[in-house]
Amino acid sequence: MPFKRYVEIGRIALVNYGKDYGKLVVIVDVIDQNRALVDAPDMVRGQINFKRLTLTDIKIDIKRVPNKKTLVAALEAADVKNKWESSSWGRKLIVQKKRASLNDFDRFKIMLAKIKKAGVVRQELAKLKKETTA
Amino acid sequence: MSYKYHQFQVVGRGLPTETEEQPKIYRMKLWATNEVRAKSKFWYYLRKLKKVKKSNGQMLAINEIFEKNPTTIKNYGIWLRYQSRTGYHNMYKEYRDTTLNGAIEQMYTEMASRHRVRHHCIQVIKTATIPAKLCKRESTKQFHNSKIKFPLVFKKVRPPTRKLKTTYKASRPNLFV
Repeated sequence: MPFKRYVEIGRIALVNYGKDYGKLVVIVDVIDQNRALVDAPDMVRGQINFKRLTLTDIKIDIKRVPNKKTLVAALEAADVKNKWESSSWGRKLIVQKKRASLNDFDRFKIMLAKIKKAGVVRQELAKLKKETTA
Repeated sequence: MSYKYHQFQVVGRGLPTETEEQPKIYRMKLWATNEVRAKSKFWYYLRKLKKVKKSNGQMLAINEIFEKNPTTIKNYGIWLRYQSRTGYHNMYKEYRDTTLNGAIEQMYTEMASRHRVRHHCIQVIKTATIPAKLCKRESTKQFHNSKIKFPLVFKKVRPPTRKLKTTYKASRPNLFV
């Protein structure tokens, strides 16, 4: 299987360990075999180990080490936020975050909604069963 | 990023005597883990260069030097003198890093791993930021590519905090990137 996601300047990556866990960052330069210089609109440009990054499919068009203004403009132009939140990976993360932030009343509401949904599904299933046996 | 080795500027001179009213003042830039060690290292080097010891000298100033541009990548060349099991040798090493302290830390760990040389047997002669054209080592020159591109070949699967670490897992991890 050939590789599809490369470490390159402009690759968007997700931080999966450490202080900036869960952030989307842009690789703006490669320091050496193990470290990259990363930047994001809400953090100071810094170095991070590749072991702490998971590469995504999104890549933006930037030159080596752009200044913050150019970077933010490039992120806007490529519409990274929307692309990420509409991708299946991004949506899964949003759902996970929502689930983790529920309070007891929300969980009660979800329980009722699940029961309702299961009831509707079971009714439809019963109808189909009747049609096949009849 | 916290670094183990900090860079200090240490200034000192011999104590003034009747024969010498204004002794020459010497300034050194060196790396140490803390200020106390830096002062000690200063007297160690000064003893080797001039006829002055800590007992007949005085410390005038010690300041920590911080990196001016910690957000840019630079190629550092480090000239060092180290003591191996058979004698003293000079070496020139190159590192790519964002800060000089980071490069020095890389140097110490690399000397320890590659040559089994401990920290106290290494003397840093000179450090410099090298422009990309003048780098000598292939391992630094291979990153001088504005269109650098490589895949991460092997994905290490680990929990996001050490608290969630478990000895046994239910299924085998997928190591493909």
